[in-house]
Amino acid sequence: MTTKLAKIEKRTAYLLIFPSILLVFSIILFPIFSNIWISFKNVELKDIRIPEPRAKKLVKSVTDNPTKIKIIYKLRNSSLTQEIKNVKFKDKFPKGLEAINLDERCQFEKNILKCEFGNWPEKYREQLEIVFQNIKGKEIPKKKLKSFKPNLSGKSQNILLTYEFTLNNFKKVVKDKEFIDLLLTTFYYTFFGTIGAIIFGVLAAQLVNQKFFGRTYMRSVLLFPYVAPVVALAYTWELLLDPTSGTLNNLLINYQIIDGPINLLGQKYVTLNIFGFDFKLRLALTTVIIFEIWRYFPLAFLFILARLQAVPKELYEAADVDGADPLQKFLNITLPQILAVISILFMIRFIWNFNKFEDIFLLTGGASGTRTLPINVYQKGFSLGDIGMGSAVSLVIVVFLLVFMFIYFKLLGKRANES
Amino acid sequence: MKVKNLLTYCLISSLFLFLLISIWKILVTLQGIVLTNFNFNNLYIFGIVLSLLNLLIGKKFNLNVKVIILSFTFTIFDFFISVNLPIWYSFGIFLVSVFFFNTIKNYDKIFLSKNHSSQQLFFKFLTFFGITLFSFVILFPFYMMLITSFKTQALLLINPLDFSINFTKGIPELFKSYLIVFKDYNFGKYMLTSTIVSLGTVIITLVFAIPAAYAVARLNFFGKNFISTSILIIYLFPAIVLVIPLYTIFSQLGLRNSIEGLLIVYTATTLPVAIYMLQGYFKSIPKELEEAGIIDGQNWLGIILKIILPLSLPAISSVALYVFMIAWNEFLFSLMFLDRPNSFTLSRAIQFLNIGAETPRQYLMAGSVVVTLPILIIFVYFEKYLVSGLTAGSVKG
Repeated sequence: MTTKLAKIEKRTAYLLIFPSILLVFSIILFPIFSNIWISFKNVELKDIRIPEPRAKKLVKSVTDNPTKIKIIYKLRNSSLTQEIKNVKFKDKFPKGLEAINLDERCQFEKNILKCEFGNWPEKYREQLEIVFQNIKGKEIPKKKLKSFKPNLSGKSQNILLTYEFTLNNFKKVVKDKEFIDLLLTTFYYTFFGTIGAIIFGVLAAQLVNQKFFGRTYMRSVLLFPYVAPVVALAYTWELLLDPTSGTLNNLLINYQIIDGPINLLGQKYVTLNIFGFDFKLRLALTTVIIFEIWRYFPLAFLFILARLQAVPKELYEAADVDGADPLQKFLNITLPQILAVISILFMIRFIWNFNKFEDIFLLTGGASGTRTLPINVYQKGFSLGDIGMGSAVSLVIVVFLLVFMFIYFKLLGKRANES
Repeated sequence: MKVKNLLTYCLISSLFLFLLISIWKILVTLQGIVLTNFNFNNLYIFGIVLSLLNLLIGKKFNLNVKVIILSFTFTIFDFFISVNLPIWYSFGIFLVSVFFFNTIKNYDKIFLSKNHSSQQLFFKFLTFFGITLFSFVILFPFYMMLITSFKTQALLLINPLDFSINFTKGIPELFKSYLIVFKDYNFGKYMLTSTIVSLGTVIITLVFAIPAAYAVARLNFFGKNFISTSILIIYLFPAIVLVIPLYTIFSQLGLRNSIEGLLIVYTATTLPVAIYMLQGYFKSIPKELEEAGIIDGQNWLGIILKIILPLSLPAISSVALYVFMIAWNEFLFSLMFLDRPNSFTLSRAIQFLNIGAETPRQYLMAGSVVVTLPILIIFVYFEKYLVSGLTAGSVKG
């Protein structure tokens, strides 16, 4: 009896979970694996479309003879690069018609026109003309003729399913002169974006954890940048930072803090003079990092605030009795309590900033030294149209990701054992 | 009373007042009012005097009355040393000083004689300074988005530092950019598409996720642990590594430029987190309730519909809101999959607007307001649910 129940339970469980697994597998796991496949192939954007035989049907009346009608098929191969084999053609006609000048590749039987065109090379075009007449000498209705659509089929090679492989994509990725620079930019962006978001998150959480008027509103407001759509925020920032009509530059010039406008998103380097030494700062990258911090510190804030509110009040009361000042309280009570949350946040944010695409894409498009790995996937795959190489770059991301995840789960497991 | 504490009190509090007043004055100058003399020295000294007075009065009578009297005195003083300014300027000064005296109203001689009071004061004012700064940094871009959408091209070029909204020109003129964005740029249709896609994603995700989460939370089957741990790992894979294969597959299947294609992808990407959030909640529902359902002869569908669903409405609403937000804000997939304007979502439409460099900024900002406002309203209204969704789904973002 129990085994039977267990069996029913098992079957129900599979039934309930199967649709989700199928969907996640086909849209997430399968693409990740097909990335590996594509990255070993020489595929370009224009090759992706499967070549199709196409036909456009034109119906024309023959002059002075309403019982006859001319039909023109404009035939073509949709692909500019590939051949289509064994093209077959089929079209229906109303009853009582007879073909006059039938092409030798075609047959007209039982009101159906069938043709076998054989192979069409790439860019193939042809005009097929057939004249029909009514057997009983009646007028042919044009509308009815137009309502039937020709049906074509043919076999073509799908470039994605061939067994030709190449290592060229990976060679191109690694030999790219900017590859090292690309990695450095990505890590620079990821690391400082993450650290900055956490620092500001801690500050904001400390502020909101105190009692003041409008505290709940403050919490909502602090989450705005995280909740609002990236597109709107990125374009607003672009507007604020614009060198000519932007608010920030105009404000700074108005109060004579700077002499001329600075193109914060379009200038790769800025030279800073600190204590007589010249520093070269990646200006556009720094701006993008600041946007990143602005947009994602709310998340760190939310986590840390939740943790702060769970810190037992007795600890602070005990510290008061011991005569600790606010700074000592922060360093000796608050910081150790939130350290665990901070390390988890660091790992999660690090992984996500590493993969961040939208923010940089919308702000700079990857120009002026802000090209990171995800931006490179887009540029190689879609701007240059080299799908294979884009796939190879995204495989590089996946490898890094697996390493990060390994470290993350290792640390998480360790932490779980400790507590 | 310690001298050190008194000194810190005077310096910090008047510095804070000074800072608040300066911010207000700078804002005023941006509105086109010319301030010939900022009078900062006089104001600073008067600030110290009033702070001391506040200390001396202490808690002798009602604190709110004290606040009003002190702020009124300050406003009158400011009014007499700065001539020829409109009444709303003085009103602003009054509000600023009410805010200031409200924060220091609790301090008296007894407080200052305590041990750490100078450091406490320092942190208190640092807090207020921090709050002002944070709210400014957060809200200013949103404010700029709004006011730019209310301007005309000429106004934007003449004075980029005019932060005011000109209400005098009438409603139709004020909302002109919105009218154009909806009429000429078809934003009504895009908004409809976005709504359909987001709501569709929510519904499909829930239909898939609720049974799956129930199975993971309650039923025993082979591979259960594997599935529940792999949910999170799958969730950590970003959209950018899926985009090329999905693009090629969708091109070949003819799913690009279709709402169905977007719905499939959005559902699949939000499904893991939805299952993760829901199964956590389902586990907290007492098992006895379901056992009662089984005795009543319910099958699993009946149990989910009649017992689990009504009990877990809060969790389901936070999942729904979170998924809605993700789908509404999504950009990368809509950029990749949609290239015909008649299938655009709002985010994609705004990006498309920006590609044309000639598109006036005020239209772009009006579009941005159109895409931002619904999500902010939903967020503020359902904050409780969305925050729990955000915390649970925060591994992504």
